[in-house]
Amino acid sequence: MSFAELYHALSDTSSTSEKVQLLSEHFRTAAPADLAAAVCVLRGERVERALSSKQLRELCAEVSGLPMWLIDESYQIVGDLAETIAKLAGGGESTESNSLARWTQMLQPLRQLTLDERKREIAQAWRRMPEHERLVFNKLLTGGLRIGVSRGLVNKALAAAAGVEESLVAQRLLSNRDPATLSLDRLREPLQSESDLSPYPFYLAHPLEGDPAALGGPEDWLAEWKWDGIRAQIVRRTGAVAIWSRGEELVSESFPELVELARYFPEGAVLDGEVVALRGGEPADFALLQQRLNRKRLSAALLASIPVGFIAYDILECASADQREAPLGERRQRLQEIVCKLSAANRALRLSEAVPFSSWQHLDELRQAARERGAEGVMIKALGSPYGVGRKRGAWWKWKANPLTVDGVLVYAQRGHGRRAGLYSDYTFAVWRDGDLVPFAKAYSGLTDAEIREVDAFVKRHTREKFGPVRTVEPRLVFEIAFEGIQPSRRHKAGVAVRFPRILRWRRDKPAEEADSVVSLLALASSVRASGREQT
Amino acid sequence: MPREPLLTVSPAGLYCPKADVYLDPWQPVERALITHAHSDHARPGSKNYLCHHTTVPLLHARLGTSPGQVQGVQYGEETTINGVRFSFFPAGHVPGSAQILAESDGERWVFSGDYKTEDDGVSAPFEAVRCDVFISECTFGLPVFAWRPQAEVFAELHQWWKSNQSEGANSVVSAYALGKAQRLLGHIDRSAGRVVVHSAVWTMCEALGFDLSGLERASAETRAKGALVVVPPAVLGGSWLNRFAPYSLAALSGWMAIRGMRRRRGIEKGFVLSDHADFKGLTSAIRATGASRVLLTHGYTAPFAKWLTEQGVDASELGTSYGTDDGEEQ
Repeated sequence: MSFAELYHALSDTSSTSEKVQLLSEHFRTAAPADLAAAVCVLRGERVERALSSKQLRELCAEVSGLPMWLIDESYQIVGDLAETIAKLAGGGESTESNSLARWTQMLQPLRQLTLDERKREIAQAWRRMPEHERLVFNKLLTGGLRIGVSRGLVNKALAAAAGVEESLVAQRLLSNRDPATLSLDRLREPLQSESDLSPYPFYLAHPLEGDPAALGGPEDWLAEWKWDGIRAQIVRRTGAVAIWSRGEELVSESFPELVELARYFPEGAVLDGEVVALRGGEPADFALLQQRLNRKRLSAALLASIPVGFIAYDILECASADQREAPLGERRQRLQEIVCKLSAANRALRLSEAVPFSSWQHLDELRQAARERGAEGVMIKALGSPYGVGRKRGAWWKWKANPLTVDGVLVYAQRGHGRRAGLYSDYTFAVWRDGDLVPFAKAYSGLTDAEIREVDAFVKRHTREKFGPVRTVEPRLVFEIAFEGIQPSRRHKAGVAVRFPRILRWRRDKPAEEADSVVSLLALASSVRASGREQT
Repeated sequence: MPREPLLTVSPAGLYCPKADVYLDPWQPVERALITHAHSDHARPGSKNYLCHHTTVPLLHARLGTSPGQVQGVQYGEETTINGVRFSFFPAGHVPGSAQILAESDGERWVFSGDYKTEDDGVSAPFEAVRCDVFISECTFGLPVFAWRPQAEVFAELHQWWKSNQSEGANSVVSAYALGKAQRLLGHIDRSAGRVVVHSAVWTMCEALGFDLSGLERASAETRAKGALVVVPPAVLGGSWLNRFAPYSLAALSGWMAIRGMRRRRGIEKGFVLSDHADFKGLTSAIRATGASRVLLTHGYTAPFAKWLTEQGVDASELGTSYGTDDGEEQ
């Protein structure tokens, strides 16, 4: 199977196990250069863009002889630029099949050419390829495959292909400084035992949906705040440090200050906890942390402006001994000893504090007020439980605060991408202010496919104006919009910025006049902890 | 003095004021001329219908009309109504589908209904009719829609069927009972394995007098392995298909050209095969009519009108209720 065929097979399935199977089969059979190139591309290492998306559309217009506006109209319907160009910029149908390695070899030196030379090279490549390859080639040109394949999945498939452990693959890839030399044999080479920095399988919590009273007496449970960061294990062994995120991805390079901090951990220790961004020394929301993730280079300015911390809540290894069978209460004690000693010197490390509560109802109240301290809700853990594996139910529960909600009116609609190509599925919602509707949130998810089709039909019949791809619609449909956070913002018309807005439900029962107003938004904003500075 | 248009859009549908008849009306009227039997063109409730012979039994089956209500004509046969001469010409869309020519005072208007330019082997092939004004559909009026010859698509379909057979799975194809199903059944090699047909498709084939030899009508007891199963889209999502598990599901439609639309419909395998003309087909058909004015009814009317205008054709949009630009293909 060529890489282009692999791409199409991967994007045609939503089954994770099928994806892993396709990938590992490809890894097993690909030529060495193609294997290395495929791993790079699938792991999201981007080829530097040879042409901007506008230049690509212009080139497509030139090659196809179609006007630019028609390229753009087509893009609106197809919902994918690479696919649009693949369809329009074809030449004589060629069946010449190119390997991925050949493409990447061709793309790499393009940056050194002049704009005209680059255009000529790409136009030629388009003419030579069959449509299904042209699409994948364009995906590389536009900077990403986006086929729902995470790094973890690639590692899993590599591990299956090489017949080794996933954590070994992750460490190998990290220490392999020259990706072009990657091969299955290299993955099979054993690690020096002293440099084994593998994490333990993460134990995951389940959302608590029923009445917590069903869990028994509150005295058997530990409550903690649920922070909004990324779950991580810090492994400290033989003088080295590795930080692993859930999904067994090595993220050490993203958090140099935590690596530095962990050098002071006692030898042979593994801590489980949450990496959070800090604002004014306090845990901040995920949006802030996100600005630091997936950066290739972390500038000194970024490290200074968005510091991170580690909130430790469990200890899995202590003095090189596995602690997972010990009850949580005991593990907490050991954790406390280590963390308290170190956090006095470095505030980036802290213990996840226990939240005292007298009854489940009391905890419910605390949970609902969690946002005031920047937390998402509470975690509930059985004090007598060992550290489990995976999603085994029963010992760890997450109990989030109810989302903030507002009833908004649909005012703008835009066609979606991917599965929703051609359908009006991206919406902007507004609330009332002095008889006018003020937009406050965009939301793309929360409706069923059937509802989206219904709203799509409404948009087509009740369009007021068209601004390029955006249509303004008659303000008649009301939706309950849920979000996780809200902050004052000068940049937004409504005076607030909401986080993770999504459609909770369609309020068919509500006329537009009865939707909420800016006043209710501002009231919500003031009920949530003022998060330091204003979002700009 | 500008003449009154021969055809115009009224609240009940496309209307000829001079003859006082409607073409594919979307509301019940006294007299309706029908291009073809798909539900967005042939609607119930009108008093009298005029259509091609092949379409007559289809209207009875779908609209519940009685024999006295529906009059059939041959392709090319003229019917004069209040001084306007109407004749039907092959549209190549589905069996019995027609374009309708209206002639009066030396002026010729053609309403295309739905059409395609490729000969599908089961419908009378499209004929371009010279006219002054051409009212055209443009369901696939964007250049990203470019069909491959059907022989290639059916070869690919056979391969898919064969590979499913080798895995012991059935191959379920969703195809419209009128048109797409006959096109499929007319092109597949019936000796390549069992071919099972859903009763809705079977009934439609019988109404058309379509050759059913070598085909099997599905019943509640039908069990199969490695068979090709032809079903109407309405069957998808229900429990009817369970009896054919394990199966692989495919759709035959022009929309399958867009990956996002295929994924949205939850279709594993999409074969790009349409009973509508693609962008090039539309453009060439419109040129072949020699029309000095083109009115576009349904599909990507706005960009396609703009494109034609830039090509020097006087083209504009005509608001109708046929199809939708994202609806299922009919």
